[in-house]
Amino acid sequence: MKKLQKTWEIIMQKIFFLCGMAAIVIVLLIAGYVTVAGLPAILEIGPIEFLFGTVWESTSANPKFGILPFILTSIWGTIGALIIGVPIGILTALFLSKMAPRRISGIIRPMVELLAAIPSVIYGLTGMMVLVPFLMQVFGLKSGTCLLAAMLVLSMMVLPTIISVSETALNAVPQEYEQASLALGATKIETMFKISLPAAKNGITAGVVLGIGRAVGETMAVMMVAGNVANMPGLFKSVTFLTTAVAKEMSYASGLQRGALFSIALVLLCFIMVINGLLNFVIKRKDG
Amino acid sequence: MGEKMEKSHQIKRRVQIVLMQGFVWLSVLLAILLVVSLIGYIAVKGLPHVSWDFIAGVPSILKKTMGILPNILNTFYIVLFSFVFALPLGVGAAVYLTEYAAGRRLVRIVEFAVETLAGIPSVVYGLSGMLLFSQLFGFKTSLLSGGCTTVIMILPTIIRTTQEALRTVSTSCREGALGLGAPKWYMIHTVVLPSCQSGILTGCILSVGRIVGESAALLFTAGVGTIIADNILQAFSKSGGTLSVALYMYVSEKGDFETGFAIAAVLMVLVLLMNFLQS
Repeated sequence: MKKLQKTWEIIMQKIFFLCGMAAIVIVLLIAGYVTVAGLPAILEIGPIEFLFGTVWESTSANPKFGILPFILTSIWGTIGALIIGVPIGILTALFLSKMAPRRISGIIRPMVELLAAIPSVIYGLTGMMVLVPFLMQVFGLKSGTCLLAAMLVLSMMVLPTIISVSETALNAVPQEYEQASLALGATKIETMFKISLPAAKNGITAGVVLGIGRAVGETMAVMMVAGNVANMPGLFKSVTFLTTAVAKEMSYASGLQRGALFSIALVLLCFIMVINGLLNFVIKRKDG
Repeated sequence: MGEKMEKSHQIKRRVQIVLMQGFVWLSVLLAILLVVSLIGYIAVKGLPHVSWDFIAGVPSILKKTMGILPNILNTFYIVLFSFVFALPLGVGAAVYLTEYAAGRRLVRIVEFAVETLAGIPSVVYGLSGMLLFSQLFGFKTSLLSGGCTTVIMILPTIIRTTQEALRTVSTSCREGALGLGAPKWYMIHTVVLPSCQSGILTGCILSVGRIVGESAALLFTAGVGTIIADNILQAFSKSGGTLSVALYMYVSEKGDFETGFAIAAVLMVLVLLMNFLQS
């Protein structure tokens, strides 16, 4: 009986060890697969030609595979989303953490959580039916599917991440700081902006970096509003993001074109790795 | 002179305070407006098209009917499949990280891997799933490939929430059990795991939300099929679109916005339900 239990213990330990290792194996598998599938095409096209070429004509007789437009669009789209999303997000977090009575924050917080849970296709659909026609009318465009529409949709999608992470950081600011500021005669709102906000800087940065990750990785919502033409980015131009470039052509791609799509996925993966590294750096700085 | 400066300083400060207050309120109102109008818009546009025939029907060009029962079933199958595999794997990994792992270094590496998994864009999951499951393993474009992909996608969520729940179990509980002579695994499955049930449940609800909302990854792996299979085994061997994928297909490929909004309304109800369950 005792022996049986002992072997059982050892077996379970082994099983848990394997479960723990599974995550590493899966990451290596995905990274390895995308690299194996994507690297040959990069080498065939030429790394410089691939990364800095400004023309993407994957289906023409003499195909060109330059992904600079996609890279720049992804970067600009993310920056645009942050310019709109970060101030609104941080100020809402400030409100929830420092100003709102418990009953009101108890209503707003679930709403923000809901925003995070809404499927991206719904954002895409709403963007397509409301935002795109709206932009078309206001700016007198021929077609409203453009970078600006994608920025606006992305800014809604990064909002919940920024709000909830910033709020956690703001809640963790020691009360003594704020009390000291109030005792020196600063008003409540001055304390919020000049004491709480700087004190929670690192946590808020972490939230913004997470938001960047979400914006860079978003596919479907962007695909539905950005127009998907391989233009260099321009606010009112129809553009393609890194993610949408992959999703758009995957279903019918073959040969070198298919390889090039995997190369884009590889570039995307590198972006995410850098963002994750940045996140770890920010969090570590907070601890230290 | 000094008095004047003092006064202008006072005015500046007043203006600053009013501005700060104004910006905060503006942001909060914008955020609330966004949520309310989004829900309201989808409800107004979508709910009128939702009927029993729509939910329990099958799309057919011959009979001129439109329905999303196959998509609902596919979503349900994929959620079920993902949990059967991801739940033990994820909880196991979390138990290993918090209870067994000895080396700090190894824990760091696994945690980094989990973070990376959480950050990988869904379209990359779609590609990898397509290469690995659909082609290398020969599952083709099927619910099975899609299910395998979502298993990987929800793994980080389950590992993280379980880990957090495990950390809240007090050391005295563990030491009490160990002190009474319970071996480690016995201690874990009788004392530790039962007390973090609700934490694990939260992770599960979050994961369901992720799967239900997922479209890019499933489009390439599970496909867009809308045929109801005779039994579960057959269902997994065939292509099947979930609700989100169906929404995308109807709107972007077929231009059928009525159906799109109706599916959006159904999805929204599901999301609301899950948010409610979570709290």
